[in-house]
Amino acid sequence: MTMTDPLRTAPPHRRRGRSRRPAWEEKPSAVGQVFRGGVLTGVVLAVLVPLWVVLVTSLASRETINEAGGLVMVPREIDFSAYRAIFSGGLVTQALWISTLVTLAGTAVSLVLTVLAAYGLSRPGSVGHRGLLFYFLLTFLIYPGMVPSYLVVTGLGLKDQIWALVLPTAISVFNLVVVRAFFQNIPAELLDSARIDGAGEFRILARIVLPLSRAVIAVVGLFYAVGYWNVWFNALLYIDDNSKFPIQRVLQSFILAGQSPNNAGTLGVSMPPTLAIKMAVVVVTVSPIVLVYPFVQRHFVKGVIIGAVKG
Amino acid sequence: MSTRETARAGGTGEDRSHPPGAVSPQAGEPDALVDPTVAPAGSGEGLRSVPGQPRNGRLPAEPVPGGPGRGPVRHGRVRRRRRHRPPLRARLRRDWPLLVMVAPAGLLLLVFHYLPTLGNVVAFQDYNPYAGDTPLQAFLNSPWIGTTHFETLFGDPAFWDALRNTLAITAFQLVFYFPLPIMLAIMLHNILSPRLRGFVQTVVYLPHFFSWVLVVTFFVQMFGGAGLLAQEMRDVGLEPWNIMSNPDTFIVLVTAETVWKDVGWGTIVFLAALSTIDPHLYEASAVDGAGRWKRLWHVTLPGLRPVIVLLLILRLGDALSVGFEQFMLQRDAVGRQAAEVLDTFVYFNSITTGNYGYGAAAGLFKAVVGLVLILAANRFAHALGERGVYSRS
Repeated sequence: MTMTDPLRTAPPHRRRGRSRRPAWEEKPSAVGQVFRGGVLTGVVLAVLVPLWVVLVTSLASRETINEAGGLVMVPREIDFSAYRAIFSGGLVTQALWISTLVTLAGTAVSLVLTVLAAYGLSRPGSVGHRGLLFYFLLTFLIYPGMVPSYLVVTGLGLKDQIWALVLPTAISVFNLVVVRAFFQNIPAELLDSARIDGAGEFRILARIVLPLSRAVIAVVGLFYAVGYWNVWFNALLYIDDNSKFPIQRVLQSFILAGQSPNNAGTLGVSMPPTLAIKMAVVVVTVSPIVLVYPFVQRHFVKGVIIGAVKG
Repeated sequence: MSTRETARAGGTGEDRSHPPGAVSPQAGEPDALVDPTVAPAGSGEGLRSVPGQPRNGRLPAEPVPGGPGRGPVRHGRVRRRRRHRPPLRARLRRDWPLLVMVAPAGLLLLVFHYLPTLGNVVAFQDYNPYAGDTPLQAFLNSPWIGTTHFETLFGDPAFWDALRNTLAITAFQLVFYFPLPIMLAIMLHNILSPRLRGFVQTVVYLPHFFSWVLVVTFFVQMFGGAGLLAQEMRDVGLEPWNIMSNPDTFIVLVTAETVWKDVGWGTIVFLAALSTIDPHLYEASAVDGAGRWKRLWHVTLPGLRPVIVLLLILRLGDALSVGFEQFMLQRDAVGRQAAEVLDTFVYFNSITTGNYGYGAAAGLFKAVVGLVLILAANRFAHALGERGVYSRS
């Protein structure tokens, strides 16, 4: 949670008595304090209020929604009927499966390939090192347009295959550079000693480098997973079959394109209000990110800043 | 290959049989000549040069990297400090696992990055997707038409609209978005309680991980025609204004969305830079009588300058890219006139119409201008004495 702490070198006068303020620093003015507090509170609320409203509305009953005239801010009861409706095996359920599959498979593929390549590129002086590094970094400067990419992906027969959501974006060179920088910070003596003991490169990577790199793997894994969970435009390009839609695609068609989420499935007599169903879709789309992210966030500095600063 | 290297190449195989730390024929030479920088400790095979020996003289039975695993990497001679690499074959034998590791990722980039980059040549073709069974065949069968697509493109008012919108949005965001993460970072940095700071950071980073679909959804729910704001305004008897589908204020809307999504995330790099500023600078300037604002101006901002310049370069180099999905999602609501940017122009003039050559031409234009912009921005930064982008790795 305290993300800049490791980087904040403790100022010499910190923690004198109860105050953390350095002795030389003047007391902040009342106006300044109020202004800063106001801004920060505003920023935090701007993030949390929409999440709150969406969550509360998804759990509201028809009466509450009607009474509020739409979105609900104050919870009155907890009604899971909207969730029951979307999990009862319609398009949303299917899309959630697809997205979960894409996210898990994609993250696994991406992490394995990225870690391997980052390790392979982490040793200046190895065969072809400069050329290969250039080959990877050049992708920052030169990128193919949408049209040729589309032609290549469809030409490979990936249209309407969920691999079309994984393979084209499987390698993020940015993530690779971050991982590589992290690997290069591992003391060379450690690797040398393993080498003398007869370990090959693959064993060194698996037994020594990876256990030391949990932080960066967690962060880069989060980046990849979020990318796969959020995939929308590639699905628009490559997936026409709506039984293979990822969740973002479904969310977009329900809420932004205004299609009604008709779950021609096992719906009971009383259909939960459309608004609650929509908000429930939003909640299930947000929740994996909100649930996983805080656990990875504490690694951000260790994992990413080192890479960014060194990279 | 010089005779020297040949000798080594030949020697490599023989010397492999030596156990690590085997006594080489020159082990009796004074140890002071071992160059510690070229011979990793523990490898057991120091590299020596014999004093007084002629420069090009061949060293008899020179120790070479061998032994199990990777031996010392480089041969060097003390006098000239020049490092010679072992021959390619020996390095290949040593490094092939690394190459195997890089291969899959490299292959993916080849197929999904470099191959499409080459595929941009369809911009010079009258590409007909039905001219063959596969895109490759269609590509081979399609006639070349030179720069016709570009001529059409530059004569297309819709293209100029898209370009103008893109540049306007970039400029607007440069003024109204770019400084915000810096200000927020300074505010966050000044929060003294680590716990409070951590909480605020956790919250403000969060929206960065939301998809654009979600971000736009939240904005629709808050500010749309049926959104919370309209609802509240109706309750108090005001006429609700619908920001989400008003083309005139669209530029403000997309900037607000960008701010909401990324202002927190944008602080990370500035926070890292702030934490590297020596606290003694603040103390010294405070002792010298500099107030809060003077310290901000004379200590904090100069400390942030390299990062600001770097990000500014990156942003300028990316001037033609403005959150593509964001515009795709909202183009229908506000109309083409306001929401068409270069990327959406490409999409709606190629993928949806099947006129791939034309879309590729527009995409190629964007890519080439983007490349020129980033190179120019980088050179400009170097000219100003900043580090620029390419000092990496």
